[in-house]
Parts: sequence; C-alpha cells; structure tokens
Amino acid sequence: MAQYEKHEYDVLVIGAGGAGLRAAIEASAEGVSVGLVCKSLLGKAHTVMAEGGIAAALANVDERDGWKVHFADTMRGGQYLNNWRMAELHAKEAPDRVRELEAWGALFDRTVDGRILQRNFGGHQFPRLAHVGDRTGLEMIRTLQDHGIHQGVDVHMECTVVALTKDEGRVSGAFGYEREKGRFKMFSAKAIVLATGGVGRAFKITSNSWEYTGDGHVLAYHAGADLIDMEFVQFHPTGMVWPSSVRGILVTEGVRGEGGILTNSEGRRFMFDDIPELYRSQTADNEEEGWRYTQGDRNARRPPELLTRDHVARCIVREVQEGRGSPHGGVFLDIAWIQEKMANSAAHIRRKLPSMYHQFKELAGIDITAEPMEVGPTTHYAMGGVRVDPDSQMTCVPGLFAAGECGAGLHGANRLGGNSLSDLLVFGKRAGEYAARFVKENGAVVLDEGQIEAISNWALKPLESQTGDSNDNPYQIQYGLQEMMQELVGIARSEEGLNDALSNIANLRHRSENVIAIGNREYNAGWHTALDLHNLMTCAEAIALAALERKASIGAHSRDDYPDKEEPNTKKYNTIVRKGADGEMQILREEIPEVRTDLQEIIEEIG
Amino acid sequence: MAAAKFKVWRGDANTAGFVDYEAEVSEGMVVLDAVHQIQAEQANDLAVRWNCKAGKCGSCSAEVNGHPKLMCMTRLDDLPLEKPVTIEPVRAFSHVKDLVTDVSWNYQVKKKIKKFNPKPPDFEDGTWKMQQEDIDRVQEFRKCIECFLCQDVCHVLRDHHLHDNFIGPRHYVYTAALEMHPLDTENRLGDLKETDGIGYCNITKCCTKVCPEHITITDNAIIPLKERVVDQFYDPVRKLLRILKPKK
Repeated sequence: MAQYEKHEYDVLVIGAGGAGLRAAIEASAEGVSVGLVCKSLLGKAHTVMAEGGIAAALANVDERDGWKVHFADTMRGGQYLNNWRMAELHAKEAPDRVRELEAWGALFDRTVDGRILQRNFGGHQFPRLAHVGDRTGLEMIRTLQDHGIHQGVDVHMECTVVALTKDEGRVSGAFGYEREKGRFKMFSAKAIVLATGGVGRAFKITSNSWEYTGDGHVLAYHAGADLIDMEFVQFHPTGMVWPSSVRGILVTEGVRGEGGILTNSEGRRFMFDDIPELYRSQTADNEEEGWRYTQGDRNARRPPELLTRDHVARCIVREVQEGRGSPHGGVFLDIAWIQEKMANSAAHIRRKLPSMYHQFKELAGIDITAEPMEVGPTTHYAMGGVRVDPDSQMTCVPGLFAAGECGAGLHGANRLGGNSLSDLLVFGKRAGEYAARFVKENGAVVLDEGQIEAISNWALKPLESQTGDSNDNPYQIQYGLQEMMQELVGIARSEEGLNDALSNIANLRHRSENVIAIGNREYNAGWHTALDLHNLMTCAEAIALAALERKASIGAHSRDDYPDKEEPNTKKYNTIVRKGADGEMQILREEIPEVRTDLQEIIEEIG
Repeated sequence: MAAAKFKVWRGDANTAGFVDYEAEVSEGMVVLDAVHQIQAEQANDLAVRWNCKAGKCGSCSAEVNGHPKLMCMTRLDDLPLEKPVTIEPVRAFSHVKDLVTDVSWNYQVKKKIKKFNPKPPDFEDGTWKMQQEDIDRVQEFRKCIECFLCQDVCHVLRDHHLHDNFIGPRHYVYTAALEMHPLDTENRLGDLKETDGIGYCNITKCCTKVCPEHITITDNAIIPLKERVVDQFYDPVRKLLRILKPKK
C-alpha cells in the first residue's frame, strides 16, 4: 500500500508564481477551500525574474492608448495565430488587474502627476508597461504573496506534483512528494488549476531555473488535455553571454526601452538593416527618431531594437553567424552611449535599471553606465502549452484548468514583452474564479487507490537500486537533452535536425526510464531531477513534433528548409499534440476560427 | 582550467560535517556553479536551494568561508582559492540536510504582521495619487528578496535564539514598508513593542552589512520604527496628555 499524507481541497492550485497565486486568491475569495502547492519556497517562482513591467493599457502616459490598441499589438506580435478571444479579454482586463495590485500594496513607479508610470517595450505602440525599476516581477509576486497569505489559502511549499488522478472523466486529485523528507502527499480536489510555468530547462542556454520542466504541460497531457503550438518557444534576444557560467541570465528589454542600442563588432546598429514589412510603418528609419521615441516624443516611431523578440533574436543570430559578433559570441547592447544625450546618464541608468547595473557589475565586472554589455538569445518562454477555453481557462478535461505560461493561446507565435505578467493576472484570476464555480456546480470526487499505488511505485523506482552505472546519472541525461535541444530544436530548425532530435529524445527517454538516483528520499536533488526528466522528455518530444509539423517560419519558429511565413494554400492553424489511445504522442492541425467581425475591424483599423 | 578545493557541509540534523570536494574552476564562475558541478558529478543527492541564479529570488543563501552570501552572486575569483572554500548552510534556523535549513519560521512570522490596509482611493477607478518622492523610501524596502541573510547574522536569533519574541531584521523591513506606505492606515507600533521585540535590536548593523540588495536596514527601517515606538509609548508629554485626555 502506498504511504501518503492526505489533504482535501475544493480547488488545488499547482504552482505559486503570478498565475497560481492570483488563481488561489480568487478561488479563495469565492468561498471555496484552496490548497496551493509549489516546488520551491513561496515567493521564489520565476515571476520574480520578470523585470520590465506589466503591459496594461492604463493610458497614464499616452492617452491614445486603450484596450483596442493593446489587442491589436498583441495579435500582430503573435502573427495572428493568437486565440483572439483571449487577446481581447487580456487587453480589456489587464488595467483592472494592475490597479488591483496597487490596492493590495504594490508601489509602481510614478508619473509626475502621481499616477502609475508606464514604459516603452518591444511591439507595444505606446508606453504601456507599469513597472518598478527593473524589478517588476518581484513587486508583483511579493504583493500577491503578502495578500494571499491572509486569504486562508493553505500553502504546501517545496512540494512537487508528479501525477494527476481521475475519477471517471473528471480530474480528482494530485499526487506528489515534499522535498524535505521525501514523503508523499495526496491532494484530493474537485478542481485543479495548473500554473506551473514553462519548460526552459529543456534547453542548455536558458533564463529559467531548475523548476521549469514543463510539469503542468505533461500533467495535463497525461490527463487527456491537448497541448497547442508547442513549437513556439521564445528565445529572448538579450541574455548574458559572458562569463560562461552566467550564460543565459536575462537582460531586460527595458534596457532597450530606455534607449539602449544593439551594435555589432563593426559598431553598426544592425537592427536598421532588416525591418519586417509588418512593422515598417511603425518603425523609425533613423537613429535620431528612435532616440526621441524612447524619450517620450509622441510623434516619433520606435527604434528597431524594439521590434518583436523573435525578430531581434534572429537578427542577433545572423550577425554572430556572419562573423560580426562580440568576442564571446553575442552582440553589444549599449546603454552607456546615452551619455552623449544627457548629463547625468550614469545616475539615470542606475535609477532606471538598478538590477541590471548590479547584475553586470557583480557577475561580469562590467559597469553598464560606462561600457556596453555582451548579449545573445536565451530560452525564455513557452508560447505553446495547455489548450484552454478562453473565458474559463478550463481544459477539455472537466475540472482541470491551466493559466499563465503553462496555458496557451494568448501569445500566438510570439509573445510581446510585458504581456506575460498581465497574462498571469488576467487568466490566473479567471482560472481561480471558474475553478471555484466548477466546484460549486459539481459534486464530490472519489479517489482510486489503484491509481495512487501505481504513481507511488513509479515515483520510487529511481531509488530502488543503489548500484548503477555511475556515468549515467539524472544530471548527465538532462545535460544531454539540453545540449541536443539547443542544437537541433533551437532558433534555427530543419526537417533533418528535428528528426534527429526525435530519435535522440527516444534514446534519452529510454535512459531516463532506467536512471538511478543514489541516496535516500530526504531532500534528494538527484531523485527530483530523475523524476523531472520524464516531463522534460515529453515536452521536448512535443516541441520537436510540432516544429516538424509546421513547415513555415513564423514568429518564434524558424525552419531553414521552409523560410516562408505561410504554407501554400493553407489557412492559419494551431498544432495540437495529444496522447493517443495507444499511449503514443499524436500531432495534428486545427484551423483557427475566423476572428470575430468587430475584432477584425479593430485589427484592420489600428493595423 | 584550474581545480579548487571545497569543503561542503553534508548530513542532516543528526550527523553532519564537512566533506572535501574538488571542482574545475572556469572564468567568472560563482560558488553555486561549483556546488552544481559537485552535485552533478560527485554527489547527486546533495541538497541545495536555488532558483534564479541571478540574485533576484534569494533562495541560495549560505555561509561561504564563514560569510553569509548568496551563492549565485559570489564569484570564486573573489575568494582565496589557495585554501579550500567552505560552504555551509545558514545557521540561524534548524538544519534540514546539507546546505538546506528550515526557514519556515519566517513565513509564520510574516503572517502575524498586520496586513496592508489602504485608505479609500483618490480616484473613481480605484487608484490613488502618489508622488515618486513619497514612495522612494518604501521602494527601498520592497527590494527585499527574502534571502534571510539578515536573519542569519542577527545575534538575537543566531546566538540568543529569541525566535519567539523577536521577528528579525527582515520583518522589521517588512513592517517598515507597511508603516511608511503612503496609503496604509494600520498601526503596528503596539505589536512592534509588545510581541515583535524591536527593543532587542541593539543596532549593531550586522544585517545591513550582509544585505545583498543593499537595503539600509538599520538606519532606514529599524531606527525609524524604534523612534516611532518611543514617540508613541515613552514620550512624557504624550503620556501626560493621555492621562489628562483619555481616549473615548
């Protein structure tokens, strides 16, 4: 018999970043009992790493902004593969979600007339990002955390869910282990909200921490939900490239929003060399105009450094590949140059970008107020994920919801900077609200001991044998996967590489199924890594399969063998990954429904 | 690449001690990189907390060569590598395993501090008017990443174990952020005096010295809170007024 500690909730939220916390707060406010489970300590989730800001059309800085413009910008940024209903809800509701944070104690930077200040960001036509210097994510998670702990939510810190259970067609609970003693916990729940974030750890160069192993994606997949658009993995254009030990750590887009420029080894602002047609009319054609835009000139157009992330990342890769990169294989990001434009530039930079100043000073020995940074693309965000109903965030499995990065639809082929924090708030709230509603409308669930027993046995397997091949430990398998994914499923993809990747994944999966974790159950990182490997493998396979399916180069997905944005005679579609009846992964396509007429008019009007 | 020697604290609450390791050191490497290397190659079950690896989440607190540090922000080339680098867990809380300690006390303490309670909004959309200069000092406190290094070095917790009567520098910073928040209407001074033990702090400023976010904990948070407590409870003029005009 499996040994476990049992907990019972109406709603269980898995993940305590922005989306999970917001969902838990909302569900609790609806009067149902709520459990919140997180892999790390509370307040350490990846939301804390978000730097630039929360996109919301508050129109505090430029009154021409509004939800319609935000909607149109989001759709354009996503190459119109977005779920338009989600984009509509997101643009309409983000301002209220930001104001709500202020009511819960958040202190955003202010305009001169005392309102919430907003800054420029890539792909946003107007200054739209509510922010606190370059530590907006910290402000957001702390606000939600400090508010949430008084809302009667039961928090299980350092607890990892490894599988969901079902009662007939419905989700009935989640099974996991707590890190400290390695004991099992079984959470019975009438509704479950997945808010587990992304899958950055499948790649070698990433801004993501150890936690981001696609847990929610895979829990949903095995429970019978669909994953959509998994091929769209965002490579943030500016990660640190040197020293090698910090490669991948994020450098906020806020640097460019504040006037930072990208240059190559020849000192050329190469972003002016390739401005996509879709953005030409909105983009400055000279350096002076770009600078004026960053300083708030309403008649200036944005500099090409603030084009969408997919495009900027590709331009950087091109410069490096063609031999015009920086000494350590990136390009230069220069904010120090603004000393030509303002007298007190060093103090200004330190005030606007304090954590970037700190990060480069301490980790690279570079003073960003005096010299340029070296940057290159880093795996940052999964646009793809669990398919949900746009209004309720419920998956096709009754009682199972997903929100935030592990949910999908809002961002289409490419996410705009700043749209993730607002995504967490808007859809975290909706998921919590509808999960509570689901609980009220549906009866109790019954747990099946057989399912629990099987999960428990599976989870203990890596610890069973303590004498294994010492060359094959969980970390080595993970490194192998990361190297391979970076090379074959990274920014530039091809049919040959993707097929190669799929056979590599099959091998690695075989190795991971027999991997041994030495030691006992107590806070054993090797055991945790061994279990996480299964999620990484499944996500890696989904990403590679979807990337193989989409024979085009659009948004964050680039195929060397299919450089065109669209496939001939093909309407816009989503790729769908689901678990077949035989247990094998299936890939299919589904046409995206026509945009509602009034929304289509907005797109055409705003452009 | 050169190899460096490390002494890493291994074991649990029952038996623990330093274990020697060697790891390859490359340019710009931080202590956490060495720990990860040791974990991946020599000690798969090594327990260590970490997340962002960029000094933003405050998970990887430890004592490196006896100094409270974030391992992700401590570069090996700043340490004397001719002798072994010692890596130990923070000591103000009970030990769990290897480099991990039980920090749950901090979460319990925070929950007891009266929550943010704003005045009614200034505008119909539910927002307030606040000037940047009015929030600057609170924004300093809100930079806190809850690494608990300040708690680790505070002798009231570390040496005198007054966890039941003293909330520690982190929570004075948290209280200060609430008390000085331009919108907050709550009064936490009674709690500071009676249950939170602010009187135990004798402003040695150890907390300020180790704060990786460079928050001026003692000068900007603790001392002003002490002054407010004194003003409210020990000012003789006020006391006289209270006697003459008791609150209804």
